[in-house]
Amino acid sequence: MAPAARMRLLKLAVIWVVLLTAPYWSAPIGGYPALCSRVVILGMAAMAFNLLLGFTGIMSFGHAAFFGLGAYGAGLALKFATSSTILAIIAGVLLGTIAGALLGALVVRRRGVYFAMVTIAFGQIFYFIAFRWNTLTGGDDGLRGFARQPVGIGRWLLDIQHNDILFYDFVLVVLAVVAGLMGLLLQSPFGRTLLAIRENERRARFLGIAVDLHIWLAFVASCLFVACAGALYACLNNFADPTLFNYNMSGTIVIMAVLGGFRAFWGPMLGAAVFVVMQDYLSSMMQNWMWAVGLIFMAVVLFFPRGILGVLRRRASA
Amino acid sequence: MTFLAIRALRKQFGSLVAVNNVSMEVAAGECRAIIGPNGAGKTTFFNMISGYFRPSAGEIELDGQPITQLSVRGRVARGMARTFQITEVFPELSVRENLRIAAEVQQGLSLRPWVGRAARARVEAAIEASMARAGLVEKADRLVGELAHGDQRAVEIATALALQPRLLLLDEPTAGMGEQETYQVAALIRRLHRDHALTIVLIEHDMRVVFNLADRISVLDQGRLLAEGTPQQIADDPAVQAAYLGDAE
Ligand SMILES: Nc1ncnc2c1ncn2[C@@H]1O[C@H](COP(=O)(O)OP(=O)(O)OP(=O)(O)O)[C@@H](O)[C@H]1O
Ligand SMILES: [Mg+2]
Repeated sequence: MAPAARMRLLKLAVIWVVLLTAPYWSAPIGGYPALCSRVVILGMAAMAFNLLLGFTGIMSFGHAAFFGLGAYGAGLALKFATSSTILAIIAGVLLGTIAGALLGALVVRRRGVYFAMVTIAFGQIFYFIAFRWNTLTGGDDGLRGFARQPVGIGRWLLDIQHNDILFYDFVLVVLAVVAGLMGLLLQSPFGRTLLAIRENERRARFLGIAVDLHIWLAFVASCLFVACAGALYACLNNFADPTLFNYNMSGTIVIMAVLGGFRAFWGPMLGAAVFVVMQDYLSSMMQNWMWAVGLIFMAVVLFFPRGILGVLRRRASA
Repeated sequence: MTFLAIRALRKQFGSLVAVNNVSMEVAAGECRAIIGPNGAGKTTFFNMISGYFRPSAGEIELDGQPITQLSVRGRVARGMARTFQITEVFPELSVRENLRIAAEVQQGLSLRPWVGRAARARVEAAIEASMARAGLVEKADRLVGELAHGDQRAVEIATALALQPRLLLLDEPTAGMGEQETYQVAALIRRLHRDHALTIVLIEHDMRVVFNLADRISVLDQGRLLAEGTPQQIADDPAVQAAYLGDAE
């Protein structure tokens, strides 16, 4: 095997060992399974968002819209339609993906700040719908009265409902599928075309690449995976509320990706871990902890524009 | 046989007429140079041919077909490729990946989420051929953004060639290059012209390159076509000498 390929495999092995054992090694430093699930789910959302920022070169500020739709889709399905957690997640994914396809078609021609501005509006639209449509969504109080259900595999019934570690493992299985699909996508000719658009849109256009179509497809794929994370998030909390759609949520996703390193595939996952831990730690010390997060974020952007993994990589290659 | 025909092409930016009523016919297999002082409208002329700008008036035909209304992509699909005055490459990707992207687009794979073994082998072969032709084999795994200016230009030209175009538009391919690099790029263009009978239109300021490569030369000045002819005719043209060659000395 080529050294580069062996290195990649080794890195992947380390990442998965760390993820699989997280509930155990994090316990002494105040971690618990539900917190680990939260990190991995938010990290999944940030990785999905990063399909656009890191690998297509496009800043979306409205990914909360699709995260929230995934959450509400799964929650509503569990509440009214199905007792299968997996079907509920599929419902959330479908809802988020369809919305992503429709709204994505509206913005693919916008670039830069304009793209970011229009996408902010997406989140706010759904925020108000969820807020106002009391009878269906529970409005301001959020969507309650549903719970994730045990998952059956053949003769086995995994009680992810009551066993938090089992639920965490379930989240990891979904992450494996999502990360695998995203990895394949990025290794494919399609993924390389996205890199071409990120690197130099004009050059890409004059190679005959259908730039808008590619951006739209990347947007839809990104929404699909973000919605999947959102659906898991609803299952984690057995609850969804309108703040999931808020621009705060979109901002959190962006911060995680940039913090961890948006040029690295797993960077956003690291960013999510750092963010959640910081949030936990800082919020116990001060009330306006977002202040501190904002400062740290600014420092990272100014001094380490490639995020934490970007710095580690430069060290490794220097 | 005329391959590229341009009729009364015009581009106006506000009150500035950057290209004014220019007509031109380029034969299949010809190497045509466009020269003219700064701001003459050469790049604007290219931008209209390649579909970057809509002309204010006029017609463009490629191989007998009108293309004035076609998108950039449509023109690429009909065999047009171009490079830019300011190098446009994919800087944070290696030489090989730059060429891979072009080869995959050329082979119609750019929307594929996966490719088979045969298609992958064809792409690899195309990449190797492009690199060999442009003298980039040794730099295959270097990031393009880290290469010398001349090599970046070579990558850009190789990327355009990977599309297997029938018409190649080069905007000042030797701009900002030293002696050695200029010579290398000129030799590459000559090989393409001679061995592949590629139709080439190039904008160039270096007169040695122009007189070495071009079958015919068109001179633009203040948006107008000032003169057209063989290198010898252009060198002897008093109007050209006055407008351009004179003040270049
Ligand atoms: N997008 C644009 N908007 C407005 N004016 C433009 C635009 N592009 C070019 N121009 C103007 O049109 C004129 C012709 O410019 P162009 O770039 O075509 O010249 P050129 O012959 O390529 O010059 P150079 O040798 O410096 O590259 C210039 O006066 C330029 O300022
Ligand atoms: Mg120019």
